[in-house]
Amino acid sequence: MTGSLLSIENLSIGFTGLNDQPIFIVRDVNLTLAAGETLGLVGESGCGKSSLLLAMMGYYKQGLGRLRGGIAYDGQDPGLVSSQQLQALRGGGMALIPQNAGQALTPTLRIKAQMVEVLRLHSDLAPGAWHARCLALFERVKLPDPEEMLERYPHELSGGQQQRVAIAMALAGEPDLLLLDEPTTGLDVTTQVGVLSLLQEICRDLNTAMVYVSHDIQVISQVCNQIAIMYAGEIVEMGPRADLLNQPVHPYTQGLLASIPRLDQQTLPHPIAGEMLQPVHRGSNVGCGYAGRCALATDQCREIAPLAQPIADRWVKCHEVTAARAGEFIRPAQKLLAPNLSDSELLAVEDLSVRYQAPTWLQSLRGQQPPAIVRAVSFGIRKGEIKGLVGESGSGKSTILKTIAGLQPSLSGRITLSGTDDLAGPVESRPRRCLRKVQLVFQNPDASLNPRKTTGEILRRPLELYFDLGPGVMDEEVDALLQRVNLPESYKGRFPGQLSGGEKQRVAIARALAAKPELILCDEITSALDVSVQAAILKLLLDLRADSGVSLLFVSHDLAVVETLCDSVLVLEGGEVREAGSCAEVFKNPQHAYTQALLASVL
Amino acid sequence: MSSAPAMLKGVMATRSGKIGVVLVGFHLLLALMSPWLVPYDFAAQTALVDHAGPSLAHWAGLDTLGRDVLTRTMLGGREALLVTIFGTGLAVVWGSFFGVLAGYLGGRIDELIMRSVDIFLAIPWMIFLLLVIASFGNAPIVMILTLGFFYGIGVVRMARAATLEVVVKDYVLAAKARGESPLSIMMTEILPNVRDVLMVESAMRWSWMLLAFSALSFLGFGVTPPTPDWGLMIANSRIYLALAPWPVLMPMIALSSLIIGINLTADALAKSLGVDKTTRALV
Ligand SMILES: Nc1ncnc2c1ncn2[C@@H]1O[C@H](COP(=O)(O)OP(=O)(O)O)[C@@H](O)[C@H]1O
Ligand code: SF4
Ligand SMILES: [Mg+2]
Repeated sequence: MTGSLLSIENLSIGFTGLNDQPIFIVRDVNLTLAAGETLGLVGESGCGKSSLLLAMMGYYKQGLGRLRGGIAYDGQDPGLVSSQQLQALRGGGMALIPQNAGQALTPTLRIKAQMVEVLRLHSDLAPGAWHARCLALFERVKLPDPEEMLERYPHELSGGQQQRVAIAMALAGEPDLLLLDEPTTGLDVTTQVGVLSLLQEICRDLNTAMVYVSHDIQVISQVCNQIAIMYAGEIVEMGPRADLLNQPVHPYTQGLLASIPRLDQQTLPHPIAGEMLQPVHRGSNVGCGYAGRCALATDQCREIAPLAQPIADRWVKCHEVTAARAGEFIRPAQKLLAPNLSDSELLAVEDLSVRYQAPTWLQSLRGQQPPAIVRAVSFGIRKGEIKGLVGESGSGKSTILKTIAGLQPSLSGRITLSGTDDLAGPVESRPRRCLRKVQLVFQNPDASLNPRKTTGEILRRPLELYFDLGPGVMDEEVDALLQRVNLPESYKGRFPGQLSGGEKQRVAIARALAAKPELILCDEITSALDVSVQAAILKLLLDLRADSGVSLLFVSHDLAVVETLCDSVLVLEGGEVREAGSCAEVFKNPQHAYTQALLASVL
Repeated sequence: MSSAPAMLKGVMATRSGKIGVVLVGFHLLLALMSPWLVPYDFAAQTALVDHAGPSLAHWAGLDTLGRDVLTRTMLGGREALLVTIFGTGLAVVWGSFFGVLAGYLGGRIDELIMRSVDIFLAIPWMIFLLLVIASFGNAPIVMILTLGFFYGIGVVRMARAATLEVVVKDYVLAAKARGESPLSIMMTEILPNVRDVLMVESAMRWSWMLLAFSALSFLGFGVTPPTPDWGLMIANSRIYLALAPWPVLMPMIALSSLIIGINLTADALAKSLGVDKTTRALV
């Protein structure tokens, strides 16, 4: 293609595994990008999107290399030019904005020193002009009070501000191509919206081309005109944004879009069965990489890799395009109406306040108090109810859960279970009976399962602790638990390291279920999972509630997930409840300004 | 996950690990069997031919007192190995106990344990050791207890550092929330997850302790003559080095090959277990 800024031909990235077999991280990727064009690369964790992005800069993660194919940026291959040329290319022609910009900034240097360093390397400006240029760049990225910002240290900036500084640095060399790797992941939704609209503006005003990598197709569709869907190292579908979002063709694209929870939807998110295989397990797969999860897979799919075929402005790699377009393999379930909840209240939290620090002696002398993290929070959960707890990071969501679980002492207030059991005290002071009734599931299943215990041992422990079972019954009970979370019994002997992310989270849920709890406290339990897997976990939770009538307190920063799952919701800001009510009311007709702002930032 | 055979396999996967295991294995076997293998009595003196070089009858020659150097070298590691193996075991057991305790409980107890550690680390322990030996003699049990005590102090620090990395994990929190006792949390949640670090650490400590023991013998405090010992052999024969190198070279080769073997094994173990040795606390 003439006039293309970046073109990639048949690029494969990977390493040589045992038996000299190539292991592909990225496989046979073709794409071209014209000046000023914006391309979004979407895919689940481990699909190779970051590796592809880094390769565009001529950079490969340790142990990886280009196996075949070519890259041309402005006619030059970043893999073949001299290291000086590459240096110039990386700073001037293209610039990378990594995910954790805050961590990429040097903590011991003022922002100004770091900006100047970038200007020294990547611009032709005379030193006298650097300060003015810094201010101009900061205004460009809409940092408030640029003069003062320059004097600060990185930790004195918020996450969104750090990200803006990183963008300003990337713009210093007036690049023609910006490469972004999940630049808003980890930011709060309201902050994310700001950064996204800034990026949009930059591309429009400066005519900068952009490759934006994210696991979140909704984020991508805010910024990019072209979208490429990656699965297991390959781009399976690529085309203009509107085409892909409105009429996805590839079974994976359709599945991905159907698995995303959305506000105002009558159907449940539809999970994709299974999980993506990691590169070493894909082996020398000759067929379609998606065949293992695809509802339309045929023998041909498993034996012959599909080639890219054009459909109007896009192209798709799939053998069964006709069947896929009929789209009948996705039939999302209708949302169930909330069950008729009894009036009996299971958990009552009254006037709860929590703080982490005790007053220092100086403070107590002056009669001062360190600030409370959670302030006068009251709410109730009925039997069988799923209550959502939403708010931005640091608003005290996890603190409330920890206090209910007895892992964090409260400053004041009362927590009672079933009207009689007092949950104000710490774990050590609670009777077994109370401990059993309240169980906790954590965000990151990698950290919440002991890597040295098998699944069987993990599930057996709460059974031993809370129930008096014979050994035979114990084994049956473990099998039944695995079955309830849809895992095969053979998983008993596996260690967490041998399970995928979604499977680990199922084990963590099964461990909570083992106690036959009345209330399960869930702290962001789906946010470390891919959307297609999250949908399956949400469905599992709904099924469990329907079967056993367990109540859930479900913490999340994702409003659409809460709307999908929960009966009622509590909106938290800075440790205080801003709004509470049934999901239907709060989401349709938010009363508090903060709730309205949160809802407005949902993409 | 990694049982003893699996660990051995991991170590043997690298060439340096293989060499290390062979060296250590050779020394352990030799220590066990040497009393039945040696060609001469270790104390028997061949009159008038002291300092003889290697000959068909005496492969490594004779020492100052006309004793067979090969015999004495083969026997010379036995007490060192006995003392250091049990000493290391003791150091690791008590050191990890207090280290895990301090790391898990935190607060006052942590403060108390760590300040005591600081105090003991400030003591010039070689001198303290000589004092203990001077008062209680140098029987193996005394050596085991004193060396085990001193080398355990470093283990406390190291086990505490490893524990601090584990206690913040959600599975420890989950165990607390479940109502597990502190003892059960330490034994089943923490210990298995610091075990790898402890294994590598003990291997390193073993080689340091061997050096320390040999240094003591060299100074004449380790073993009582005429019991053969490498450090003592080097000390006794070193002034005649120019005249008769073998009585010095043989124990030196034996001691260094054992220490190199242990270090190679420890390195390979660290690599195969994924323990980053650079992050461990010093001393
Ligand atoms: N162990 C702790 N010690 C001191 N402060 C903490 C601790 N844990 C959390 N915090 C602070 O408490 C506030 C609320 O945290 P958290 O409950 O984790 O919020 P959320 O779960 O809503 O993100 C944050 O400002 C956080 O920095
Ligand atoms: S090629 Fe076959 S397996 Fe692959 S996506 Fe198309 S239908 Fe599914
Ligand atoms: Mg949290």
